[in-house]
Amino acid sequence: METVQQLRDRLAARFPAARVELVLNPGVAAEHSLRLDAALGRDIALFLRDDPALRLDYCSNVTGVDWPDKEITDVVKTTVPDPAGGPPKIVEEKSVHVQPGCLEAVYHLYSMSLKHGPVVIRLRTGNRADAVTLPSLTPVWRSCDFQEREIFDLFGIVFAGHPDLRRLLMWDEFKDHPMRKDYVEPDDYEWEPTAHGAVLERAKAHQLAAVAGVVDPGQSSANPPKAAPGSTTPATTAPVKEAKP
Amino acid sequence: MSDAPQSTPASPRPAPAEGFPAAGNISDADREELRRHGILLTSLEELYNWGRSNSIWPLQFGLACCAIEMIAAATARFDIARFGAEIFRPSPRQADLMIVSGTVTKKMAPLVVRLWNQMPEPKYCIAMGACAISGGPFKQGYNVLKGIDRLIPVDIYIPGCPPRPEALLNGLIQLQKQIKGEKLTGPDAARHTRADLPSEYPIPAYGAHDLEPAKNPAVWTPPAPPSA
Repeated sequence: METVQQLRDRLAARFPAARVELVLNPGVAAEHSLRLDAALGRDIALFLRDDPALRLDYCSNVTGVDWPDKEITDVVKTTVPDPAGGPPKIVEEKSVHVQPGCLEAVYHLYSMSLKHGPVVIRLRTGNRADAVTLPSLTPVWRSCDFQEREIFDLFGIVFAGHPDLRRLLMWDEFKDHPMRKDYVEPDDYEWEPTAHGAVLERAKAHQLAAVAGVVDPGQSSANPPKAAPGSTTPATTAPVKEAKP
Repeated sequence: MSDAPQSTPASPRPAPAEGFPAAGNISDADREELRRHGILLTSLEELYNWGRSNSIWPLQFGLACCAIEMIAAATARFDIARFGAEIFRPSPRQADLMIVSGTVTKKMAPLVVRLWNQMPEPKYCIAMGACAISGGPFKQGYNVLKGIDRLIPVDIYIPGCPPRPEALLNGLIQLQKQIKGEKLTGPDAARHTRADLPSEYPIPAYGAHDLEPAKNPAVWTPPAPPSA
């Protein structure tokens, strides 16, 4: 099979409008991947499946990656000559800019007929908030169905063209995406007998909140992330039936 | 036993009349002596509990790998039938015992509570394995209930990950002991004889971030935090 670099060049020649980036893996396995243009993702996927030299007819695994917003500090060093004739001073100017985050779907492709693989392709969303749509590759590889549903559930990527895009693991009423880096799980740390590390921190915070009266330890304490305090959903308790003779 | 409190809200246990001790009031040695002479002394309570404790029908459902051990306990090598609990019922209406065998996910928890509500009294619950007790290795997961005792009352806890079939059998024997010691009347009467205790429990709803309510304060309240 051709190398990923050769494949990248062939894709660039075949789809001149698409941006195809090579993502190098510096590890020993050197499993390099290709980041494809999301807009042309499905066309490229069809090409990968049907090209006689590739015949990547089997998608073994689809997974998601969350890239949160990243603060990057730029340091610009400028040399200022000393007016008194001394050695020039080096002034560092620091500026912080935020590299916007995004979500990524990673597909691992193999060829059953030609017995080669994997070819790893990645599709990237515009951001993590509103532009989270990627083309679904389920029409290309049937095995992507549940995997894309799982990514939709846990990361919140919307796969356009998926035949049945529903949550797979969590219930339909669930609003969060638990595999995102900024997910905050509900504050149910009332009883942590052997807590340590991060769990101990959460348990201490819970106890402090319980003492301060913010969270009643006997009450349901759904703590939605990024919600205003006080907008927590009240515990809806179904009436207890005492249906005993 | 004879010095039971006389003023009780429920029907009080009548004090045994002089000269006619109730069956529970004579010593085991005396009863054994009578039995040797062909006289069997018992009480209705004892007979009733003896019958129930030796015919506990579990509900046939499993949640995770603990269920495999539960199945192994039902096979010939361990043979749960020796304790009269081999008839796993596929219907909650016919079951006496719910063995919560495995990880209870938050998605599964309302269904477990519904099954529990559908079981007729008297009913018992065994939390089998670390997950059913506390969430186990998945305790800090976003989708795992931190113990089924937050939603329904649990009679026997069997630790282990998973517990071996012998541990399950030991838990069953402990449950039999508990049933044999149950009172039918009086202030310490068994749960199923008490009209003031619920036999059904609120089924939590699927909320936007968690189950609502995430726990039942009538069943479970967090222990007091260690005094810091």
